[in-house]
Amino acid sequence: MFELLSYESLQIYWWALVSILGAFLVFMFFVQGGQTLFWQLSSNEEEKTLLTNIIGHKWELTFSTLVTFGGAFFAAFPLFYSTSFGGAYWVWMFILWAFVIQAVSYEYRLKKGNFLGQKTYEVFLFINGLLVPILVGAAVSTFFTGSSFSVETSRILNLEYNMDGVISRWHSPWHGLEAVWTLKNLAFLQNIALGLSILFLTRINATLYIKKMAISEPIQKKATKALIIDTVLFLVFFLFWLIRLMFLDGFAVNPETKEIFMQPNKYFYNLIQTPATAIILLSGVVSVLIGIFLGIFKKADVAFWFTGAGTALAVIGIFFLAAYNNTSMYPSTYDLQSSLTIANASSSKFTLIAMSYVSLMVPFVAAYIIWAWRVMDKDKVSVEKMEKEEVKY
Amino acid sequence: MENIDWGIVNWARAEFALTILYHWIFVPLTLGLSFMLAIIETIAYKTGDDKWIKIEKFWLKLFVINFVVGAATGVIMEFEFGQNWSNYSYFVGDIFGAPLAIEGIMAFFMESVFIALVVFGWNKLSKRAHLISIWFMAIGTNLSALWILVANGWMQNPVGMKFNPDTMRNEMVDFWEVLFNPIAMNKFIHVVTSAYTFSALFVIGISSLLILRNKDKVYAKYSMLVASVFGVVAILTTMLAGHGSAQQVAKHQPLKLAAMEGVYEGEHGAPLTLIGIPYLQENDNRNLLEGMMDDMSGKNQLDVRFKSLIEIPYGLSFLAHDDPHAFIPGVKDIVLGNKAEGIPSHKERVSSGKTSINALKAYKEAKKLGETEKAQTQLAVFEKHFDDFGYGYFDGLDPNKLIPPITLTFISFHTMVALGSWFLVFFVLVLIAIWKDNIEKKRWLLKLGVWGILFGWMAQESGWMTAEMGRLPWVVQDMMPTFIAMSHISKLEIIITFSFFAFIFTLLLIAEIKIMLTTIRKGFNQ
Repeated sequence: MFELLSYESLQIYWWALVSILGAFLVFMFFVQGGQTLFWQLSSNEEEKTLLTNIIGHKWELTFSTLVTFGGAFFAAFPLFYSTSFGGAYWVWMFILWAFVIQAVSYEYRLKKGNFLGQKTYEVFLFINGLLVPILVGAAVSTFFTGSSFSVETSRILNLEYNMDGVISRWHSPWHGLEAVWTLKNLAFLQNIALGLSILFLTRINATLYIKKMAISEPIQKKATKALIIDTVLFLVFFLFWLIRLMFLDGFAVNPETKEIFMQPNKYFYNLIQTPATAIILLSGVVSVLIGIFLGIFKKADVAFWFTGAGTALAVIGIFFLAAYNNTSMYPSTYDLQSSLTIANASSSKFTLIAMSYVSLMVPFVAAYIIWAWRVMDKDKVSVEKMEKEEVKY
Repeated sequence: MENIDWGIVNWARAEFALTILYHWIFVPLTLGLSFMLAIIETIAYKTGDDKWIKIEKFWLKLFVINFVVGAATGVIMEFEFGQNWSNYSYFVGDIFGAPLAIEGIMAFFMESVFIALVVFGWNKLSKRAHLISIWFMAIGTNLSALWILVANGWMQNPVGMKFNPDTMRNEMVDFWEVLFNPIAMNKFIHVVTSAYTFSALFVIGISSLLILRNKDKVYAKYSMLVASVFGVVAILTTMLAGHGSAQQVAKHQPLKLAAMEGVYEGEHGAPLTLIGIPYLQENDNRNLLEGMMDDMSGKNQLDVRFKSLIEIPYGLSFLAHDDPHAFIPGVKDIVLGNKAEGIPSHKERVSSGKTSINALKAYKEAKKLGETEKAQTQLAVFEKHFDDFGYGYFDGLDPNKLIPPITLTFISFHTMVALGSWFLVFFVLVLIAIWKDNIEKKRWLLKLGVWGILFGWMAQESGWMTAEMGRLPWVVQDMMPTFIAMSHISKLEIIITFSFFAFIFTLLLIAEIKIMLTTIRKGFNQ
């Protein structure tokens, strides 16, 4: 079946799959957003435990999505994987550290003999919740603003080996952290803006999820207040990022020569030349706004699903905007021709075909995730119910 | 090649070793405990006896405490490939990435979704649905081991691939060959069943502790019964798969086999050393400890030898080739060559590898200049010498760099085998004692049971060290040495991240042990 597809179509298919995984990951970051709200939305220990359990039952799913997202990038676009992870070393390292401390925190938080104390694990959760969305958002923004690296595969044949033998070299000693202070084209503003947008979006999703699941008047009240503030902040940063993006020079690929060149308003053109991208992105934004409206004014449980689906659609739109329509999805500001595209960074045709068959498992995986989600979220929870629970975080 | 900064390479290797060392404290337990939990819940479901649920809930608590640290240490490894080993990630990503992605899609989602259902779903699911969930959790947990070991097996025996000179990387040409790579299959069964063995030792050890303390003796004995049956089956399978693994090592990684058994000079009808002691040659002025330290740090690796104290005649030849008279090449044969046995020397292989690398360089240049004929000629030379490609990087280097750390490989291999043999005896003793219903009186056996947790862990880490030390200097056998696989990062950066990982992992390990001990102290009636 997949053998009939051209190499180019397979690359497009795999970028779409990576985008969907990325979208699901950012949607699942509501767990991270929630972790920044535990103190803010609770007035006492019992309420904090209630919030921790509402959000915490989903942490493993976020973890698995992250690992699969990384694996999919590795399998489908190994040159991106080797360039970005080995290059933007510190950005990924901080993300990893944040996940290391998260993994144990829910389980160990209330356990007797937990060595570091309950507060430490709660601080770990807060750090994870704050850092991950900002860093991932800033990292995704560099898909548009570029990074300082060069790629030359022949370097590996260097028999007079020193560090020059590395195929992908990063040309900033800060290894990725420079994304938040690169002055050229005010890239730092753009990167920080997307990072903060993702943070506030994950907090919006988390607030709506908590509103959907928690039976608690004080929490509901505080959640509505937080929702309004986070919405304003999200809109400010996201609209700034999106509108400014339309005016930026973008990293375009000449379809004939494969040469990379700077094209004014490239991402604006991507939006109007690929209507599917525009529809997905805009419907995502609209869906988020509808969700927020429903959450604030109608107190509807369905609000979370609107913002959640909207988040996923918007992320897919952003990923499409970065890579399709002859665009470099991981551009280099150091050496334009080292920029990565879905064509030059992808795996071989054979691997993409083999992995495409594996991707047929996704609907099956999605089906049991949906089933499990429905089972777990069948009943709303309250402080009283939580106290009776035999097992809790 | 004199420009290699071995410090960076060794720190990057140490970082991976540290991560896997910690990861492998917790993961084997989750592999085996997940199936034991599923078996216990099945018994509970079939018999309707609630004591089995009580037993399950106790072990489930310990399972989850372990699982979370396994996840914390596991997430790093997938990304560490790219972070510290960027060249490697590109060079083999076309093949190596696939199992990792499949691991995510096929195993991790299953594992994480069903763990949440199992832990929190007692009142949300029917008994039947809960039982199905726990089996899916166990399958998911074990499937992840399959895919990561397929990836690891490929590094030890790269099959199902072809090097593409235009993209300068290895590309997959046969998915099934990668999946059913005999090294990977043997490794999977060997590693997974050895993890079950460790889990069985863990359950027996903790149950022993409870019986010694006069606590929940009935539940502890039932747990021991399940674990010892599980353990006997597991260790026997481990041994069989170990035999298969040794045969594959003999075929594809003869130097690793030589290091495992301390064979310096090859022979027909080689004996299997059961116990050996290290010694230095007569003209060596160092003391033994110095010699061993030099060996471990990669210097003068032909100097430390092992003298057999107890050996099985013809054992190694038979183990490796099912033929008591088969030739087993020694370290010397492989490094210096053995014409009679048709083994080329390292010098020949290095020269051939260099020819291969230079031909590839010439091919690329000719192609750039549009000289098609020259490009084709160079490509043919490259392909002819491709089997030695990785050796080309050793041009001008001390031949010792081609030899794995023999002392460590020998000691870890023999520790693993000795402990594995003891485990079989131990499980049988426990089973007999339970059968005769006198385990409470056999306090020596219970005490050995408690120590068994440490022994089990030692066997696990020793096995891993044998596999990973023995394949040095290769990150991909005969194709890519560790020092070519690196990222463009500094030694300081790796030292900083290494220190952080060492610090945080140690904190988490202490927390994990303390929580576990508190949980164990409370026993089954919590």
